[in-house]
Amino acid sequence: MSGSTPARELLSGNQAIARGAWEAGVTVATGYPGTPSTEILEAAARFGKDMYLEWSPNEKVALEVAAGASLAGARCIVTMKHVGLNVAADPLMTLSYTGTVGGLVIVVADDPGMHSSQNEQDSRHFARFAKVPMLEPADSQEARDFTVLGLEISEKFRTPVLLRSTTRVSHSSSVVAIGSRRLPDRKIGFEKNIERFVPVPAHARGMRLRVEERAAALVAAAEASPANRIEWADRGLGVIAEGVAYQYVKEVLPGASVLKLGWAIPFPDGLIRSFADGVRKVLVVEELDGILEEHVRSLGIACEGRSRVPGMGELSSSRLAAVLRDLPGAVLSAAVPPSEQPAALVAQPPAPPEAADLPARPPVLCPSCPHRGIFHALGKFDVVVTGDIGCYSLGAFAPLGRLDTILCMGGGISMAHGMAKAGEPRRVVGMVGDSTFFHSGITGLLDIAYNRGNPVIIVVDNRTTAMTGHQENPGTGRTLLGEDTVEAKIEDIARACGMKNVEVVNPYHLKPTTDTLRKALDSGEGWLIVSRGACPLATRERLGSPRKVGQELCTVCKACLKLGCPAIELDGERVRINDLLCNGCSMCQQVCPSKAIGIASGECRDA
Amino acid sequence: MTPEVVSIVIVGVGGQGILLGTQVAARAALAAGFDVKTNEVHGMAQRGGSVIAQIRWGAKVYSPLVPDGTARALASLERIEALRFARFLAPDGLAVVSTQAIVPVTASSGRGPKYPVDAEERLRRMFPRLLYVDAISIAEKLCEPRTANIVMLGALSTALPLAVEHWHEAIASSVKPAFREINVKAFDEGRTLAG
Repeated sequence: MSGSTPARELLSGNQAIARGAWEAGVTVATGYPGTPSTEILEAAARFGKDMYLEWSPNEKVALEVAAGASLAGARCIVTMKHVGLNVAADPLMTLSYTGTVGGLVIVVADDPGMHSSQNEQDSRHFARFAKVPMLEPADSQEARDFTVLGLEISEKFRTPVLLRSTTRVSHSSSVVAIGSRRLPDRKIGFEKNIERFVPVPAHARGMRLRVEERAAALVAAAEASPANRIEWADRGLGVIAEGVAYQYVKEVLPGASVLKLGWAIPFPDGLIRSFADGVRKVLVVEELDGILEEHVRSLGIACEGRSRVPGMGELSSSRLAAVLRDLPGAVLSAAVPPSEQPAALVAQPPAPPEAADLPARPPVLCPSCPHRGIFHALGKFDVVVTGDIGCYSLGAFAPLGRLDTILCMGGGISMAHGMAKAGEPRRVVGMVGDSTFFHSGITGLLDIAYNRGNPVIIVVDNRTTAMTGHQENPGTGRTLLGEDTVEAKIEDIARACGMKNVEVVNPYHLKPTTDTLRKALDSGEGWLIVSRGACPLATRERLGSPRKVGQELCTVCKACLKLGCPAIELDGERVRINDLLCNGCSMCQQVCPSKAIGIASGECRDA
Repeated sequence: MTPEVVSIVIVGVGGQGILLGTQVAARAALAAGFDVKTNEVHGMAQRGGSVIAQIRWGAKVYSPLVPDGTARALASLERIEALRFARFLAPDGLAVVSTQAIVPVTASSGRGPKYPVDAEERLRRMFPRLLYVDAISIAEKLCEPRTANIVMLGALSTALPLAVEHWHEAIASSVKPAFREINVKAFDEGRTLAG
């Protein structure tokens, strides 16, 4: 980086975390993509080779890689979404015991309101569970500052540190004062110390004691940290707030005293008590679980919290204004009209009559998405489909409607096995994506081969990690920084696991795809089918010329509409193809029984 | 008393390029010396779903979210998305709505409510201050249909207390050098729409 970088930049929370890591001299950064955390490592890639960056196959591996780097003395960050921390929980629990050498910050991004997640779990539980400190930035400046602070805490107290972001921190942008990069004055080199790094029971018992001593020292540090502060104002009402909830409090209750906790865990009890002593009434405002409120009550402090502030869905200033309307002692800002609506910003029931009967606009598979071909084929058979996390989750919805369950990364494979073993009378098909297969699917496949299972597993390999915005993975042949590397082949891995029946299909060719699926289902045996077609949104390539409906031949049988393609529209009683949206994949042409669909104009180079 | 915060929202369909408009507006406010916060939707909703971006500026901005009924202006890159997100706009706010219609699969596949045929009348009832603009045609005339969102932003800017040079500066710093001129032209074209 040149020395002429401006002192202030508009950065998203995720960009600010990357910036903080770079400035603090991080040399190893790992993670697995997951909304809302994904852009941290992408932003880190802008600093070129100053840091070793990787998309790990999953979050457990990412944390283990960073743990190794930390023990060698490097400063590290690891990034993931909230559910990713479940996967990384195993190394976290014991890394808390062994501790760190180089600073190690685990960034975990929660998703209150489930904008892009399967659940709304509150990662603060993990900080208490693992007995490690957690920092919670409320804007991009704090996202930068707390990343630096977290690395310092990690080194000083020899502990991994959790940095908890939320969607509204990660994906909001605000002004950040930035600095230059400073490398820590420490040589890289692992120093052997088995009492510290080998937690066999005899050593782990000593570590367990040190974890408690560390916890006490961390409380003292949190009490004195500038990450926690009291903003005294009117003493009638004192609000304790964490993370982005602080911003809503400041907007809705501009006159109230506020205890802003940026380093809430371990709880700075002294600070909480002195704040509570200084105000007549205490209100706790936190998103998701009532963790802070329960702790405040455990100190014998009477307070309001979940009695008013909802613990489901995300907060907003409008929502907070609504629930605090009749709180005694609260003077609400006139600038924030209260709203009873949930703060989730998509797919809400609109109030006025002009908007009362609008067609819903949920996310859909894109025009020319290769997943559509496999869902079309599945639609021909009476089977149960256990699905997984990715764009293909959208196949659960009408008109495709060919995905029946979702649980977690990799679950699509293992659940199919279990359902078949339970005696499900229909054939069971498991479906996962390429990145999901590498993340957690291989062990499930190994289980099927080893334990003589018979589901048909389909890996929808679109050559990228699509839903999170097209990240590389072990199957793409490129690293996070775009370097060429080995390309793991799903079919080779399947054979190595012991799968006997392995085939690759091109999902754009509907009939051969359906035939292969039929063969697999009829065999009664376990199968692995790789459905390989690159995500057209990633390649930005046109698959063929836009299709057109010949109105004289069209019988409006609506077979094409069952593909659920956004480019195919029912206009009154006529079917039309929107040539701005059509990417020329020809699937509609293949399903049309009347041969009414053809090429609109120009050359076609597809099958 | 809280110092005044100006809020705007930009809505549309995932993939329409809302993020560029957000960045330009935020940088324009920053160039004018304000504290700025924005909020965007990433992830699943970007796959053709309804999306919203929010931009706020002032001497000091706390929440990145726009309280209901307080946005000074709303730009909608798709005609019925303006109706869906209308609750954010202040009663006297300006709505700039593209005539572009993108029919959701829920409607085109014949399930659920149909795409409203009376969208324009609804927009006129809903928004006392409405600019209903064929932004795509204007952008196509400039030979760059992808500048439609900047045309919209130009129209929106007329309702906002930021000088034109700050907008131009923000466009220059947000697009590649080769596209600066065409985007500034698209922005200025949008400003003339407001009359």
